[in-house]
Amino acid sequence: MTDTTTAPPVATGPTVPPPQRPKRRLGDVIFSRLSSGSGFLILIILAAVAAFLLVQAFPALVSSPEVLKTKGYGEFWSWVLPFAFGTVWSSLWALILAVPVSIGIALFITHYAPRRLARTLGYIIDLLAAVPSVVFGLWGTMTLAPATQPVYQWLNTYLGFIPLFGGEASGTGRTLLTAAIVLAVMILPIITSLCREVFLQTPRLHEEAALALGATRWETIKLAVLPYGRAGTVAAVMLGLGRALGETMAVAMVLSGNQVINFRLLTSDNPNTVAAMIAQNFPEASGIRINELIAAGLVLFVITLIINSIARLIISRYSEFSGAN
Amino acid sequence: MKITKASLALTAALALSLTACAANEGTKTTASTGGLSGTLAGKGSSAMSAAQKQWITDFQTKNTGVTVNYSPDGSGAGRDGFTSGAVAFGASDRPFNDSEMGVGKFAKCAADSNALNLPVYISPIAVVFNVTGVDKLNLDAATTAGIFSGAIKTWNDPKIVALNPGVTLPAANITAVHRSDDSGTTDNFTDWLNANAATVWTNAHSGTWPAAYAGEAAKGTAGVVDTVTKGQNTIGYVDDSAAAKLGKASIKVGDAFVQPTAEGAAKMVDASAQVAGRAANDLAFKLSRTTAGTYPLALVSYALVCQQYKAASDATLVKAYIGYIASADGQASAAKSALAAPLSSALQAKVKTAVDSIK
Amino acid sequence: MSIQTSPAVNHLTANQLPRWTPWAVLGGCLLVAAALSGPMFGGFNLAGVAFVGVLAFLVVMHVLATVVEGRRKATDRLLTHLVAGAFCLALIPLVSLLFETLAKGLPRFDVRFFTYSMRNVVSDGGGAIHALYGTLYVAGFASVVSIPIGLMTAIYLAEYGRGPLAKAITFFVDVMTGIPSIVAGLFAYALMSVLFGPGTIMGFSGSIALSVLMIPVIVRSVEELLRLVPNELREAAYALGVPKWRTIVQVVLPTAISGIVSGIILSIARIIGETAPLMIAAGFTASLNNNPFANPMMTLPVFVYDQYAYPGVEREFFDQRAWTGALTLILLVMLLNLIGRLIASRFAPKTGR
Repeated sequence: MTDTTTAPPVATGPTVPPPQRPKRRLGDVIFSRLSSGSGFLILIILAAVAAFLLVQAFPALVSSPEVLKTKGYGEFWSWVLPFAFGTVWSSLWALILAVPVSIGIALFITHYAPRRLARTLGYIIDLLAAVPSVVFGLWGTMTLAPATQPVYQWLNTYLGFIPLFGGEASGTGRTLLTAAIVLAVMILPIITSLCREVFLQTPRLHEEAALALGATRWETIKLAVLPYGRAGTVAAVMLGLGRALGETMAVAMVLSGNQVINFRLLTSDNPNTVAAMIAQNFPEASGIRINELIAAGLVLFVITLIINSIARLIISRYSEFSGAN
Repeated sequence: MKITKASLALTAALALSLTACAANEGTKTTASTGGLSGTLAGKGSSAMSAAQKQWITDFQTKNTGVTVNYSPDGSGAGRDGFTSGAVAFGASDRPFNDSEMGVGKFAKCAADSNALNLPVYISPIAVVFNVTGVDKLNLDAATTAGIFSGAIKTWNDPKIVALNPGVTLPAANITAVHRSDDSGTTDNFTDWLNANAATVWTNAHSGTWPAAYAGEAAKGTAGVVDTVTKGQNTIGYVDDSAAAKLGKASIKVGDAFVQPTAEGAAKMVDASAQVAGRAANDLAFKLSRTTAGTYPLALVSYALVCQQYKAASDATLVKAYIGYIASADGQASAAKSALAAPLSSALQAKVKTAVDSIK
Repeated sequence: MSIQTSPAVNHLTANQLPRWTPWAVLGGCLLVAAALSGPMFGGFNLAGVAFVGVLAFLVVMHVLATVVEGRRKATDRLLTHLVAGAFCLALIPLVSLLFETLAKGLPRFDVRFFTYSMRNVVSDGGGAIHALYGTLYVAGFASVVSIPIGLMTAIYLAEYGRGPLAKAITFFVDVMTGIPSIVAGLFAYALMSVLFGPGTIMGFSGSIALSVLMIPVIVRSVEELLRLVPNELREAAYALGVPKWRTIVQVVLPTAISGIVSGIILSIARIIGETAPLMIAAGFTASLNNNPFANPMMTLPVFVYDQYAYPGVEREFFDQRAWTGALTLILLVMLLNLIGRLIASRFAPKTGR
């Protein structure tokens, strides 16, 4: 894995005088320039986005709390904190719900389902990725929320002593848990599809060796498939998390979000997410309010940056063990 | 790999080469009626969206050479879009305030011209409810404020019972639904609460829901209607045009309880005073929320235009389009399809004078 | 590992449950749950019965298998059931959603919907041809911009990348995946305002917003897949004297092609349903616009949102059009998937699986 890039183009011994072509071929030069050029272009695009964000957010970040307060928005950091919390909290629950299911589905498709069916089953799961977020929003408010409301009521009545399920159960079902379920369904196909590819890449020999030692199917998976695919799985989960953190429309439509910090999952008083809050307020915003909302976008940006950095650390630690060779 | 790229390129090329057309859109070569042509862009209030759709349809049918695009992005977007010159007219649920007005501040307007705020759309806001076994409900501002601030928690609270003799109210919890997005509807609703029950509703009016008051939040008018309809023992506030199938509370004005009506809302505007210190043709109002004999819980949207445009083509189209909107025909059309309250004939005349003065 | 075999029985099938056992146990548990549904839920409740029944099945089956087959086999069985259960669980929202969309979208899934725009339509009738073309233009241009950039960057990272530039790109691609879609829209809007004057709204601006979202998804998935291509293949090619770029194009890419195509298609699926950025960058219009470089352009997701969020007085017609638009969008992405998969399966190397 780490040494994929070190392959020398021509293998010549050091003692042999170089034949005719130690110089790089034209095709190679063009190709490598093209690829590094597009990498560079990405940096430029991102710099442009970041510059825009920073410049636009700057007035809200530096203006004094009093200025913001007179406009009725409150001091910036205490204002944005509940939304940042809501973003992380809802995405966390989405991951808790989606990751085991996704890995299960990926294993089912790659290692359990009849081989002839596998492709079709994978396709069925990918269908979920075909559903636009607006439709998830519609489905979440119109179908899922009313359907889950009695379950929440039940959980609240009988398990209400657990702080997570405490408080006063929502009368409409548009709770943080519902939003997390919708988010989980939305990130499921992404995680599943990547995990599937990763699990399929497990060397056949590793698996056959485990089976030859008398391991059951699950033991084979535990010994050969999962460790091999760990880095890929973490990457897939992080990609899913990225989507969950930034999801706008579905959360905006499903969640009954307010400006609070609240760990409870079943009430109608939930922390809103940053992305949904921006979408809900941007159209009516003007003046410094726009700067404030963009600054909130910047906060979201920073959150994803931190989480992605952590993910990178995890991946680089595991990649030493996996290795394509 | 090449195949993928090639097929994508092919798809794109195909999409481009197809002479896309829509069955209901005539080819532009046919002689246009009405003598006008061009594209007019407007942006703003989403409350006005349904009415704008109707007006655009009427206007485009009469003037086939014109395309009017209205983006219901929100009032803030409308004000900014008009100020920055992105659109030729804006639409906002409140007039420009004094600090936003000013000669030369507007990109589409001539250097020595100010903007005009013209009221063109009045719509009553209904307090809607969905309570088991209740089909009529009376509320006053103080009780409504109590419900929406969370002070009154159940339907059989003595304060609600006192206003509704003879109605059996359930002992159920109230789910009060408010807008999660920044909106003119919330702004007008909270203004009414604050004007009539300042001791209970202590926050000044604002387009965003005050963070101190919890409750169920839903996105947009459609979201509030859906939540109130799907939920149990719910109450919310929406534009009257969207409230068709829900119970509407009668609100207390003076000594009487009144249902939302178009006439009541129009009367409220007539009873309001114009904002002082504006040009003769600027028709910004400071709405009166307490006058008896009116329905004071209503929203007034303004068309934001220039007194004098830089480009004559903009002026011609805006005059024709806004002129139609404010005419008796335009108001009647919106009243029919969007259940808006038509401007009173006196106000119509004032707006007409203002539109005629646009250059 | 204490597999205690009793000395009396010595057949090959000893200590093994018959093949029909899981089905029988599942059926039994569901029946019992249904019978007990009255006292438990106060009336028949399909979701409740399914939940309790399946839970009971897992427990009963595990106990049964532990007793008869031993701990290792029982764990294997439990995991098999859990994994299959995960798949079935994911089907619930999918089926519910598709059913809802079909039931509400089919009534207006007619010729008029695909030939009419919304120009001069205020209640019944009208269609989404303008939005359909808009989506094709916007997504098409976004793909044309993103696929080459994304693919080449992924190749750079997986095959060439070393040193600070590659590290920086990897890091910033990660950052880019975190850009909220609405911010991408704002960026495109601001860029167009700078380039072409304030408030320039056009289809291509939407494409730019979508590209910002699409590029990192492509880079991440393609890079991950390229890294999984065994080094032996590359080394074999180098040993034959094949230049590096031809090794990449003719050995590395074909090996990973199925994953790459599926990654690209998922990225299109990811962006084609984006609403927030297109609302800002490409705008609203009721009429057909065939020029992606001027004037607002309607797209299908925005059409769906517009119909749902800003209905006229007769709301049912608007809701119908919203669901039909959603159905169309889903079918469109399914079609894309199908094409991609056909390509993938035709060009994928034999992997033995």
